[in-house]
Amino acid sequence: MPPAANPAPALLSAQALRFTRNEMPVFGPVDFEVGTGEALLVQGDNGAGKTTLLKVLAGLLHADGGSIRFQGQPVLPALRARVIGYLGHLPGQKADLSALENLRFLCGLHGSRPGMSLEDAMATVGLAGYEDALARQMSAGQRKRLSLARLWLSPAPLWLMDEPYANLDLEGIELVNRMVQAHLREGGGAMVTTHGAYAAPPVRTRLLVLERPA
Amino acid sequence: MWSAARALATRDLQLLWRRRGDALQPALFALLVLVLFALALGNDRVMLARVAPGALWVAVLLSGLLALDTLFRGDAEDGSLEQWLLAPVPLAWLVLVRVTTHWATTALPLLIAMPLLAELMALPREHWPVLFVALALGTPLLALLGAVVAALTVGMRRSGILVALLALPLYVPVLVFGAGSVTAAAQGFDPVGGLLLLAAGLVATLVLAPLAAAAAIRIALE
Repeated sequence: MPPAANPAPALLSAQALRFTRNEMPVFGPVDFEVGTGEALLVQGDNGAGKTTLLKVLAGLLHADGGSIRFQGQPVLPALRARVIGYLGHLPGQKADLSALENLRFLCGLHGSRPGMSLEDAMATVGLAGYEDALARQMSAGQRKRLSLARLWLSPAPLWLMDEPYANLDLEGIELVNRMVQAHLREGGGAMVTTHGAYAAPPVRTRLLVLERPA
Repeated sequence: MWSAARALATRDLQLLWRRRGDALQPALFALLVLVLFALALGNDRVMLARVAPGALWVAVLLSGLLALDTLFRGDAEDGSLEQWLLAPVPLAWLVLVRVTTHWATTALPLLIAMPLLAELMALPREHWPVLFVALALGTPLLALLGAVVAALTVGMRRSGILVALLALPLYVPVLVFGAGSVTAAAQGFDPVGGLLLLAAGLVATLVLAPLAAAAAIRIALE
């Protein structure tokens, strides 16, 4: 079924986006867009530039060419921070703080959705009972879940998820898919990088395959 | 903006409390230097009083340098700085908040302990106010300058010596005017000129240093 004609501009659209590091092309030029209620699955081998692409979109790196538009408008830092929730490789959690303290800090920094408590979010990602556990004592999978809780609380409509399935057990993969599904149902969008086709969320999905530039 | 600042300040204080032993290190270092100074110069109180302004300032400055490398390094390694960059508030604002809590936890204890340190160095009581004002203006200035240096070196794995080399030339004017104003007061001259220069420097760095440090962090994380 073709998607219904949508008068609202896409959440994110990129034209001829490319990035080079030390004169070596890392990815691109690529064109793509993510509409509301849509997931864009970014696939590619190791080194194909999936993480770099997400970092460029999140504003952590500067593109060398091409344009990015959020909701039809050119990127400005304030707009970007409001639109994007980024789940990266580094969790940004302090080893000496408890799970709840970490979550409280990150939500204070990024803002959070009204009417949702930190404890609820922790229960959603299956960390109920771990509120007072220090981040250093948590497993990599549990830390990933804590990052997911932060994303779940974020008011941003567009999720950029870099390898969200890494370190997670089967139940965790299921959790990511459920979260993405719920987020898209509420009119959000998501961009998910993965190096395998396994575990794609059961939602309207576009595919972007990155290849290592010659 | 304020909620982000409060979140960051709360986090820093919680972290500090978890590692109270490490947090005391800069203050203890300054105390140690001054105790050794007082012991080495022995019972020559006139001599001690004469070198007191310089020794106090050097001790405070070096203790600040000691804590400098930790300012952004931990946050860079665990990805917290990435989160700062992604936050909807300006990076310079977060840097300013971070430096303020850093100053409040490393330099403020020394300011509060100033009477004890001054007594240890046999500095005459009438010069205490000048010393206090000079330190109150100078230590935030040192912290802000240090933040720029720490931000410049945050991309490197080990940078202890580089931080010191980069920071010292920036610290020298602060030391000259800070210790100089106390020495001037001790010699019966008017110390206000040096203090006003410190205040002017503080105003300028308060505005410029967070911007410079934020730019340096952006470059380091690329």
